Amino acid sequence: MKKMKKHTKNSFLNYGIIILFFIIFQTLVSTKHISNSLQGQLIPICVYIVMALSLNLVVGISGELSLGHAGFMSVGAFSGVIVSTALKHSVENGALRLLIAVIVGAIIASVAGVIIGIPVLRLRGDYLAIVTLAFGEIIKNFLNVLYVGVDANGIHFSLKDEASLGLDMATGTTIVNGPMGAVGITKISSFFSAILLVLVTLFIIQNMVYSRTGRAIKAIRDNRIAAEACGLNVTKYKLVAFVVSAALAGSAGALYALNYSTVVPKKFDFNTSILILVFVVLGGIGNLTGSIIAAALLTVLPELLRAFSDYRMLVYAIVLILVMLITNNEKARIFTTELKYRLKFKKKQIGNKEVSE
Amino acid sequence: MKKKLLALLLTGAMVLSLAACGADAGTADSAADATETQTETTETEETTEETAAAAETTDGAVTGTLKLGFIGPITGAAGQYGSLANYGAQIAVEELNALGNGLTIEYQPEDDVHDAETSVNAYNTLKDWNVQAIVGCVTTTPCIAVASEAYSDRVFMLTPSASSPKVTEDRDNVYQVCFSDPNQGSKSAEYISENNLATKVAVIYNNADAYSTGIYQTFVSEAENRGLEVVSTTTFTDDTTDFSVQVTDAKNAGAELVFLPIYYQPASLILSEMDKQGYEATVFGVDGMDGILGIEGFDTSLAEGVMLLTPFAADATDDATVSFVKKFNDKAGETPSQFAADAYDAVYTIVEALNAYAAKNGALDVTDLSAEELCDILISTISSDDFSVDGLTGAGMKWNASGEVNKSPKAVIIKDGVYVGM
Amino acid sequence: MLSYLINGISLGSVYAIIALGYTMVYGIAKMLNFAHGDVIMVGGYMAYITSSYLGLPYGVAILISIAVCTLLGIFIEKLAYKPLRSATSLAVLITAIGVSYFLQNAALLIWSSNPKSFPNMVNFGTLEFGNIRITSASIITFLSCVVIMVALTLFTNKTKVGKAMKAVSEDKGAAQLMGINVNATISLTFAIGSGLAAIAGVLLCSSYPNLTPTTGSMPGIKAFTAAVFGGIGSIPGAMLGGIILGIIEILSKAYISTELSDAIVFAVLIVILIVKPTGLLGKKVTEKV
Repeated sequence: MKKMKKHTKNSFLNYGIIILFFIIFQTLVSTKHISNSLQGQLIPICVYIVMALSLNLVVGISGELSLGHAGFMSVGAFSGVIVSTALKHSVENGALRLLIAVIVGAIIASVAGVIIGIPVLRLRGDYLAIVTLAFGEIIKNFLNVLYVGVDANGIHFSLKDEASLGLDMATGTTIVNGPMGAVGITKISSFFSAILLVLVTLFIIQNMVYSRTGRAIKAIRDNRIAAEACGLNVTKYKLVAFVVSAALAGSAGALYALNYSTVVPKKFDFNTSILILVFVVLGGIGNLTGSIIAAALLTVLPELLRAFSDYRMLVYAIVLILVMLITNNEKARIFTTELKYRLKFKKKQIGNKEVSE
Repeated sequence: MKKKLLALLLTGAMVLSLAACGADAGTADSAADATETQTETTETEETTEETAAAAETTDGAVTGTLKLGFIGPITGAAGQYGSLANYGAQIAVEELNALGNGLTIEYQPEDDVHDAETSVNAYNTLKDWNVQAIVGCVTTTPCIAVASEAYSDRVFMLTPSASSPKVTEDRDNVYQVCFSDPNQGSKSAEYISENNLATKVAVIYNNADAYSTGIYQTFVSEAENRGLEVVSTTTFTDDTTDFSVQVTDAKNAGAELVFLPIYYQPASLILSEMDKQGYEATVFGVDGMDGILGIEGFDTSLAEGVMLLTPFAADATDDATVSFVKKFNDKAGETPSQFAADAYDAVYTIVEALNAYAAKNGALDVTDLSAEELCDILISTISSDDFSVDGLTGAGMKWNASGEVNKSPKAVIIKDGVYVGM
Repeated sequence: MLSYLINGISLGSVYAIIALGYTMVYGIAKMLNFAHGDVIMVGGYMAYITSSYLGLPYGVAILISIAVCTLLGIFIEKLAYKPLRSATSLAVLITAIGVSYFLQNAALLIWSSNPKSFPNMVNFGTLEFGNIRITSASIITFLSCVVIMVALTLFTNKTKVGKAMKAVSEDKGAAQLMGINVNATISLTFAIGSGLAAIAGVLLCSSYPNLTPTTGSMPGIKAFTAAVFGGIGSIPGAMLGGIILGIIEILSKAYISTELSDAIVFAVLIVILIVKPTGLLGKKVTEKV
């Protein structure tokens, strides 16, 4: 058999993990062997996996620290909700409406990505980080004063209050009500669609990373000046990574919002951005498999810690610090590499034995 | 003492159901008549016995184990509201369990850190525990998210303090113990204009908060109807620490009264800023303002003359409140606010409703009832015309079918560091 | 207008004093200490407890609070950051976030989430000029800001230890070769930064008397923004950034919209950074291949 390239193997490993994850949990759900608590978290887990993967594209592959990723998620969430509610009567099929909402969410978020990316990517390091943080806060602030309603005459927008939407009393409904967010969302997200979104995300990111574009992005990350000297258009490639990441975050946001009956701008604040960054860093910067596992585990962890009641978040903090210390500890790293080496050696020995026998 | 109180409450409920029986008697068929007469006789027996009644297991009593869940922000930025409510509910549960009348309540609180996603997780955890009814959620946004889940699962919810009408809208299984936001907004405007407190009003509200924005919107429209002039409207968010601009704006606009449809924590900052600027105007608050005197280290002279409409005042001197405040202090080491009292009333309301149902329809063992069955029982009882509860937060609380409570707010004013009724 | 400007400066000096701590740690240790805001909160609680429960005079309470925070800073550094000296800056950032969660939740368990009303520890009356009122808390915050800024600048430029700090920030390896104890220097930086946090906590709470476990987080983020605004790592820059940020915030609230004031503050920040990518007083580093 021809030896597979290492990255192709890794890509298939990632698809495999997701498909296996789906099969296991889908069987558990259909045979009712799963707790309500875990079943309720399946869609959020998928959403956070997509968020972590897309942020990894910026932080890991492109090497820029972004602290406002939740901002794109909220853009996607609110545009998805608006579209889904506005199309409620014209598109009866829930799955189709979800698809449209997710795509619109992705498009609007990518527009936001372009608007934000062009000025932001001129900056470097911590200055870039603070500006992404600032944009995240601006988006949240803006959504707090955004009012959107729909009636027979179409969609109405206002930045003042609900009354100034001028909705037709009989047919009008308010979709987004400032700080109260969107209320009365029809839930149309499903576990299957969430898994599909994860697979699509993986497909896009993995193909991008191992393409010409991806190599260019990585070259810029490793040495910007050298890459520039080679004739690479730095801003263009950075922007591509940033916008793709924003679009994916937007689609995840739409899926997320359509899984709950209400969503508020406050949800997508600085803390959520940080949470996603934690997934990426814990899973290993640039490591997609790591992001998947870290996002899934860390989403479930606070729920598993419910038994600690008041001490829950304290324990979560301690676990976070300990994991960071252990994974970055020199001795632990040497130990694991040694362990890996030994295992390999043993396998070889066993293999040799078999041959000799 | 507590037993006596409960017996009284029970008696009240029974008298009401008796009245209903009387009204129905003409139309009901003979079989129903027979059972009714039976219950009537037991009831009369009970009423004569008074104190012993509650402790005895008779026909028409509620027995078994009730699994009651609670959802609220016990930790996090909104942690104070949820933990107060949690303590309040716990006290009610302990009191009811101490009665030893055959009904045991198992109580499990879950934390939702004031977040919709976590709240749904908390709800699912409670479902895994086979919860039968829920007291919660404490805050509005999580409550809306959970309510739609509970609606499709048919689990009864009684929220102590999620006051938005969106919580109960289109859902028959969700009821509120607190006033709804529009109700508070219009009642406040009504009170201000009827008592001629001011003609020029300033409003400072939290535009990142559903509760505050909800009250503000109805207040403004009602104020307009009543000829109050809103001369200054400014906002802030949860992260705001500096209120100098908001207060200066109100001061420069010459407002005689500042309406604060906000929680007590930012309100205390606004009061201290008003003091800093030497701005003396009447301050008028809503039920979220209750608790301002309980802030540790707060200079209560700043709050002198503050008026608020609230269903509960910890300084009230009736026996029920005094005993509750004492128990709460022993348990939590602080003075309860309306959150605690609302949650306390919520637990009692659920048990009262079960009692009322049993009094009408015969003995009820709740142990094996599914959440769905219990939900139907509670909905039909609580929304019925003859059901009412005398709680800490209002006498004769009644509910309409849409889940809103009907009780009258008390207007209180802070004088010499304590609430005084007006 | 003038009263708004004064309000802006007093809010700005609160940001500035927090930003000084941020920039100090960042300048030397090259790490974003996200837990800085929470050390401020601990400082506030310590001062509150020693004065209200133990009845100590305010001066003593502040000193105790500084001592406790300094120790806390050294402790956090030893336990959480020192083992990560060779790790990526992102790993340290996440650990700092972990420490921040830890401090907030520990405070929640110890002091409960109920707000405490902080006494004005620096109250010497109010200055009045006709319509304009300036509280002593504002004046003292501003003055201590200036004093700390000058002291820190002198310290890093004139003393031996301070110079060692500068050397460490330039090049850790080279500094070590020159016989500087890098670990001790970084620990000292944290000690100073955390001590400053305690002062910031007392002054923050004296101006805005509300103390909860999350008191430090938003001012922390704003101050971090201010530090970047002025050019992170630059001590006068932190002061300037903080004050400008405070003025912009108050003026945009007063003249544009209270609802969008945060958005405006951040928008101005973005514009300035695009025009001047290393902040107002930041050093421009030329890159070499």
